Amino acid sequence: MSDVVITGFGATTPLGGDAPTTWEGLVAGRNGVHTLTEDWAADLPVHFAAEAVDDPTNHIPHPKARRMDRSSQLAIVAAEEAWADAGLELPHDADGEPVDNGIDPERLVVCCATGIGGLHSLLGQWDIQKDRGFRRVSPFTIPMLMANAPAANVGLLVNAKAGVHTPVSACASSSEAISLGLDQIHLGRADIAVVGGTEAVIHPLPVAAFSQMQALSKRNDDPEHASRPWDADRDGFVLGEGAAVLVIETIEHARARGARIYGTLAGAGISADSHDLVQPDPTGAGQASAMHKALVAADLSPTDINHVNAHATSTPQGDLAEAHSIRTTLGAAADQVLVNGTKSMTGHLLGGAGALETFASVMALLRRQVPGTINIEHLEEDLPINVVRKTTALPDGDLAALNNSFGFGGHNVTLAFTNANATR
Amino acid sequence: MADNTKTLADIADIVNDITGVDQAEVTPEKSFIDDLDVDSLSMVEIVYACEERFGIEIPDDKSKDLKTVGDAIDFINAAQA
Repeated sequence: MSDVVITGFGATTPLGGDAPTTWEGLVAGRNGVHTLTEDWAADLPVHFAAEAVDDPTNHIPHPKARRMDRSSQLAIVAAEEAWADAGLELPHDADGEPVDNGIDPERLVVCCATGIGGLHSLLGQWDIQKDRGFRRVSPFTIPMLMANAPAANVGLLVNAKAGVHTPVSACASSSEAISLGLDQIHLGRADIAVVGGTEAVIHPLPVAAFSQMQALSKRNDDPEHASRPWDADRDGFVLGEGAAVLVIETIEHARARGARIYGTLAGAGISADSHDLVQPDPTGAGQASAMHKALVAADLSPTDINHVNAHATSTPQGDLAEAHSIRTTLGAAADQVLVNGTKSMTGHLLGGAGALETFASVMALLRRQVPGTINIEHLEEDLPINVVRKTTALPDGDLAALNNSFGFGGHNVTLAFTNANATR
Repeated sequence: MADNTKTLADIADIVNDITGVDQAEVTPEKSFIDDLDVDSLSMVEIVYACEERFGIEIPDDKSKDLKTVGDAIDFINAAQA
């Protein structure tokens, strides 16, 4: 099978409106979590979140933007950046006339996930219907709220005809999208794929609902330090929003067009807990299974792994279960592996998290710098993993990393990356 | 006597907001669908936006008769009279 390499990144996140700014924020240990200024927030049990800092409507023509949910708008901004970063032209000019950009649409696939879908559009249009009657409901409500809308919009952007897909597996969604894109290429259905995920659900209902689940941090008096994976006083995750997208392709396809390469998407592992709808299996067996399958798929052994970007949402049970499942998978080799939790800076992008953390993992290998995990004051005692608190250098030579994403529903996805083929 | 210039300017703003067509292109003789490239769902949005802006009701069986910008101006002026 051909190596599948990463040739483009785009991101619009709580740390910056593009991928380079987001990476600078991660390396600098910048916090993206703030008190919400919206009127509705003060009455809720949690009134902070990690909002995307750059308004996506600044980058999309108004007539298009007004027909997209914010989740699609963020996805389009990230996809446009990733496509250009891969050295590719859009397949049409500003007037909509076709442009030959050298990409065969029949060999191009899109896999763009969301955990929840067009929630602002769904609830916003329902508010309009209740207040002003059905004749004020937008005729675009359904194509705005449907969960496949971000993928479909990205597909239109790049003219993908080999397939447009939307995996939905809660907080594992965009890692599953990346895995699905890799599968499509390995199955011979595509040579190049635009893969990633998006989420935009900072709205009173999800804030109330996640809070009712006791899933969110309630550190209202100190939101900047609320997301603190593996800290002894962690009390839940911080809701984030944003999108991250990457372009992946076979090494042959990338070389033929002279693309610059970030690294190799070496393999993916997927498992399901089938234990409980929302609680992770406390034995960590499902998580360990996903990591083990990713190692096997990538032909890597535990001693090859330098870095793990953990799912690490800052929940009391989740962080601990993952630490143990990493240890179970990597064994004694785990002592040498730098593990971080970048959600400490970005909050939890739900369906965008896996793609954002893929970006962080691949950049860590390329730049040989693992971003730290901020906000840890008292590290949980007796952790069986090596948690990186400050940005730390990786050694010279061959490098490999894993990125874990776990979702409500018992979905476990691990992606494996190496710095092989990198030319950036 | 209704102010056609003001009505036209308001319609031009609505069409621009929904489709991106330049306000100056929106003139009475233009057909929404043939000249301004308004698709059927956009036309639904334009009709509802006109109802809001002008405080009138445009029944579905009347809205399909609004072929040109001038048709819309005439309907709105009559509805407001």
